[in-house]
Amino acid sequence: MDWQAILLTLQLATSTTAILFVFGLPLAYWLATTRWRGKFLLESIVMLPLVLPPTVLGFYILLALGPYSPLGQFYERVTGGHLPFSFSGILLGSVLGNLPFAIRPFVAAFSALDRRLVEASWCLGVSRFETFRRVALPLCWPGILAGLVLTFAHAVGEFGVVLMLGGNIPGITRTISVSIYDDVQALDYAAAARTSGLLIVFSFTVLCLTHLLQRRRPPA
Amino acid sequence: MTQIAHDKTDAHLNPQELVATFEKRFAGGATITAGLSLPAGFSVTTLFGPSGCGKTTVLRCLAGLERPNEGSIRAAGKVWFDSQQKICLTPQQRDIGFLFQDYALFPHLSVVENIAFGLHVCSRHERDQRVAEMVQMFDLKGLESRRTHQISGGQQQRVALARVLVRRPRLLLLDEPLSALDATLREQLRIELRRRLSLFQIPVIVVTHDRVEAIALSDHLVIMEGGRIRQSGPVEQVITRPSDLSVARIVGVETVLVGAILNVHEGLATVQVGRTTLLAVAPTIPAKCVHVCIRGEDVAIQKGPSGETSVRNHLPAIIQSLTPEGPLVRIGLDCGFDLTALVTRPACTELQLKVGDQVTANLKAPAIHLIAHD
Repeated sequence: MDWQAILLTLQLATSTTAILFVFGLPLAYWLATTRWRGKFLLESIVMLPLVLPPTVLGFYILLALGPYSPLGQFYERVTGGHLPFSFSGILLGSVLGNLPFAIRPFVAAFSALDRRLVEASWCLGVSRFETFRRVALPLCWPGILAGLVLTFAHAVGEFGVVLMLGGNIPGITRTISVSIYDDVQALDYAAAARTSGLLIVFSFTVLCLTHLLQRRRPPA
Repeated sequence: MTQIAHDKTDAHLNPQELVATFEKRFAGGATITAGLSLPAGFSVTTLFGPSGCGKTTVLRCLAGLERPNEGSIRAAGKVWFDSQQKICLTPQQRDIGFLFQDYALFPHLSVVENIAFGLHVCSRHERDQRVAEMVQMFDLKGLESRRTHQISGGQQQRVALARVLVRRPRLLLLDEPLSALDATLREQLRIELRRRLSLFQIPVIVVTHDRVEAIALSDHLVIMEGGRIRQSGPVEQVITRPSDLSVARIVGVETVLVGAILNVHEGLATVQVGRTTLLAVAPTIPAKCVHVCIRGEDVAIQKGPSGETSVRNHLPAIIQSLTPEGPLVRIGLDCGFDLTALVTRPACTELQLKVGDQVTANLKAPAIHLIAHD
């Protein structure tokens, strides 16, 4: 078993989930509550990774972040490093690729929230942010949790974007799915089967847990 | 500086707590216009009209949940909204209490947590004290740690009121405060609600489509139809003297009088109205002060003195006006108070009724509806 790849994958998935939790929640809340007419544009952009082949996404991110692009040059000037073929690079790709897996359940949860509860809170003098924290979060947590679990599980299995952006550098960009691919290429079917089996057990357990958690506390 | 000084004089000259005139246009083409002015201190003003007439929108504009397209809203010398100066305060900045139709209690919080929700700026000590005060005032002892779905509809209403009033708002807005309750409870709570509200010396605006609720709760009535205010004034005046036929139709009852119950005997109440006394079926809720409601079709007109009949109320009256309304004639009577009768056109011709005629208005006791109003 490639423990280094497993550790790296867990690192990648945890960071992806954490970043999407911090930035995805406000974005989803805004999408669920805004009356802005152009919001369908943003919604479509967020959903794009769902229909696009990960290689396409990876390809464009690679171009956008490469040393010849303004973004890549800026990153190099600030940090002195390169984004492609680095952990930060695949993390960025993973965050973008997992955007719909986090945002969709979040938006669904916030849309199901009774708007009057939010308005009641405003009329009680509670600010928008505090209303989000004290009303929306506690009432929507099952949906939010579902989004986080889905994001984590999907990030663990991320392949296309990681391969395009990170290649196969052990300890830096070699994740589980890349290692499985590598094993198969090397005709080491036994190793590939062990890792794949582990991924199946993991994904199944995670999904069972979410369903159980949601069932135990139905929304009041 | 000049602006502030000017505002102060304004507030001094104008004792009105709230002055609002605004227009809200919807994308679908509906337009809602409103002009309201409320005095300081306790008074209940009811926006009354059929559903879809825009009364809830008016309430939401006052609360800051909806932004009008034009006009201004001022409360106690402070500008809440002004389309020309581009001022629009958020609901948080307006110092109002808003009671939602189905109360919008927070389901993840207990009764006391709900009441304390808007007191986040207070110290812990003050918060506990004020919440305890409200629990006492709204009879919520013993329910403090219950969740909101574990208490009855009436209790939910009290929690919602306590949650709003604990912040001591400047203005209280109630959207259909009784419609979430079942019919029997609604009747009991109408009078109780007014009693409770009167303890807080603030203006209250109620939105309702229920006529009895409007009469029982309010001092002032604002009749709305098709997005416009048709008439406003004291309850008795608006109902008994509607400015036009559409108001009369919306109100649905032709005469409302203020009366005092003198005594109740075997379910029948003797009510003093002006210098006249009327016999009516007693209200279910004991009260001293009542609104006496009489429908025009329940008033029978008789020429000359009354003979022997089963009708209990015979009022000598003078005809003030005769207005044809399709197959009916609306007759304005003066019998010490204003009374409206609706009589068929043939009956009117047969009796040869003219303005100035001396007649007797006959009213059966069960046709007089008393609504408690303490």
